[in-house]
Amino acid sequence: MTTLITEAASPPVARSRSYGRYLGVKVLGALGSLFFVLVVNFFLFRVLPGDPARTLGRGRFRTPEQLEEFKRTYGLDQGLWEQFLTFLKNTLTGELGTSLRYRVPVADLIADRFWPTLLLVGTSTVLASVIGIYLGILSGWNRGKRIDKASTGTTLTLYSMPEWWLGLLLIAALAVGFGPIPGIFPTGGLHSTDVEPGTIAYVMDTGWHLTLPVITLTLAYLADYSLSMRSSLIDELGEDYLTTARAKGLRDVVVRRKHAVRNALLPTTTVAALSLGAILGGAITVETVFSIPGLGLLSSEALALPDYWVLQGTFLISSATVIFANLLVNVVYGLLDPRVRT
Amino acid sequence: MSAPDEARQAPPVSARQLARRRRALAWRTNWRLFRRQRSGVVGLGILVVFLLTAVFAPLLAAPETIEVTQATGGVLEPPSSEFWLGTDDAGRSVLALCIWGARISLLVGLLATAISMVIGTLVGLTSGFFEGWVARVLYRLTEWVLVIPFLVLAIVLAAVLGRSLFTIVLVIGVTSWPSTALLIRSQTLSVKERPYLERAKALGAGRWHQMTRHVLPNVMPMVFANTTLTVSIAILTETTLSFLGLGDPTRVSWGSLLEDAFEVGAMTTGAWWYIIPPGVCVVLVVLAFNLVGQALEDLFNPRLREG
Repeated sequence: MTTLITEAASPPVARSRSYGRYLGVKVLGALGSLFFVLVVNFFLFRVLPGDPARTLGRGRFRTPEQLEEFKRTYGLDQGLWEQFLTFLKNTLTGELGTSLRYRVPVADLIADRFWPTLLLVGTSTVLASVIGIYLGILSGWNRGKRIDKASTGTTLTLYSMPEWWLGLLLIAALAVGFGPIPGIFPTGGLHSTDVEPGTIAYVMDTGWHLTLPVITLTLAYLADYSLSMRSSLIDELGEDYLTTARAKGLRDVVVRRKHAVRNALLPTTTVAALSLGAILGGAITVETVFSIPGLGLLSSEALALPDYWVLQGTFLISSATVIFANLLVNVVYGLLDPRVRT
Repeated sequence: MSAPDEARQAPPVSARQLARRRRALAWRTNWRLFRRQRSGVVGLGILVVFLLTAVFAPLLAAPETIEVTQATGGVLEPPSSEFWLGTDDAGRSVLALCIWGARISLLVGLLATAISMVIGTLVGLTSGFFEGWVARVLYRLTEWVLVIPFLVLAIVLAAVLGRSLFTIVLVIGVTSWPSTALLIRSQTLSVKERPYLERAKALGAGRWHQMTRHVLPNVMPMVFANTTLTVSIAILTETTLSFLGLGDPTRVSWGSLLEDAFEVGAMTTGAWWYIIPPGVCVVLVVLAFNLVGQALEDLFNPRLREG
């Protein structure tokens, strides 16, 4: 609350100008990242392979005319600079090429596969951040005690696992069953085949299928949040305002909740935004292991062919999503903490 | 003519000797402080065991035991006195595979980290120490790359560049440097404000001297701590890329073992001995690097030090 009061006290004109500037820098940064992704895509798939018509078109052309037609559509017969402009125009208009495997536009494929991934990654991120931050507070406040050691040890061990290996173990233990114990969760997929879409049962069924993958991703990325929350809380512990608060006679719980945690949460916010990219990366393998029809499974299937159009599209979409989420977090962060607006 | 006589009585200590003595003392102090952290020592112990295993792999398991054509066991045999950790789908000993896998996994992890550290340190030092457009461009570039989902970028790169040991090292190296660069940059910025650098400048030290004699030695401890943390990420990434079929097909690593185990459905058929040992190796090594890295970070960052 203290931040809000000081903000209100400062002259409103100056505040809006500095926030506007901060916002501008952040938006420009996000656009820069996006541009960088586009450049990587362009060079990786068109310049590096030597003959892009062959890698991008792979066995799709029966006649030389078809090849010419293909080259014209994607501007492959032009100079490098014109090619780049054509590529930019195509990307911005949603023309992402056609999947070699599915023979449908990549844009449609991505639109179709986007929601399962969003559901999986979104739920896991929320759970991992809430539980992770709670554990971080617990360990930071009780630093060096047994609870700190147990919590840090557990999250660090989970963090050291490849997330898909953890998924495989969970499948074996809870879906396949071990010895006489039967499995209770489905081994994979997003829905059962016999459930009517749009009903309550359908929603429950989807949740049931997503339980193990969500647990996997949540456990694997707990440490991202708990460790950063722990260290930023420890950083705050030495501050004078906590001594003041205690000297006022406030109870320990109040000092922790109303003073220390509030300030320690701020740096964790930016870490949380960056972790989103890591969790999205984790979704590639976890979706593969649990056969969830999302962007991750789409990408890992595309690797086998390799289906370059799909890879290029999923790389673009996942990067754009993470960049946008980061921008959003930074915008909120600037509102919460006026100190960063310099 | 009295100067040489005096010198014979008490040999003057040259600046270089002084520096060497000081460095030796610092090492001893740091080692003493490091030994106090139990988790770091445990991590170091695990690492030594795995490093020795990797180096002496040919002595521990004959090279032909991991050749598919010379396999002696049955298909997916459970652990027995002959095969302590059972056999894989080609009849090879899983224990021998894990021992040989340690070589590739550690090699990839260390080489990739070396690339990542060189790029990260160069970019971080330059963008922190210098002012002007090069520094600003490098800083922006670091921020841009940092936001891009690291694994997705690595996968796309590996898919285009092809499958070899060299590619996988390169891919992990060139995608994992941004966090190092940011860390080095912030350290450099804080060293730049210290009075001793001001003094060096006043005495006429050039940029090269300032950078190599003052900034770099003070940034090095953080680089060191960060390196161990980067190795753990590199090993995890190698495992994941191999699992996705992007590893070197001619070599055995823990990741390629797990990929094979997944392909043959070891999980659903109950062949736990093919899934668990390679995974445990990965977890142990990655955890060990993390523990050592954390201990070093605590050591070099007095704010985190306990007591």
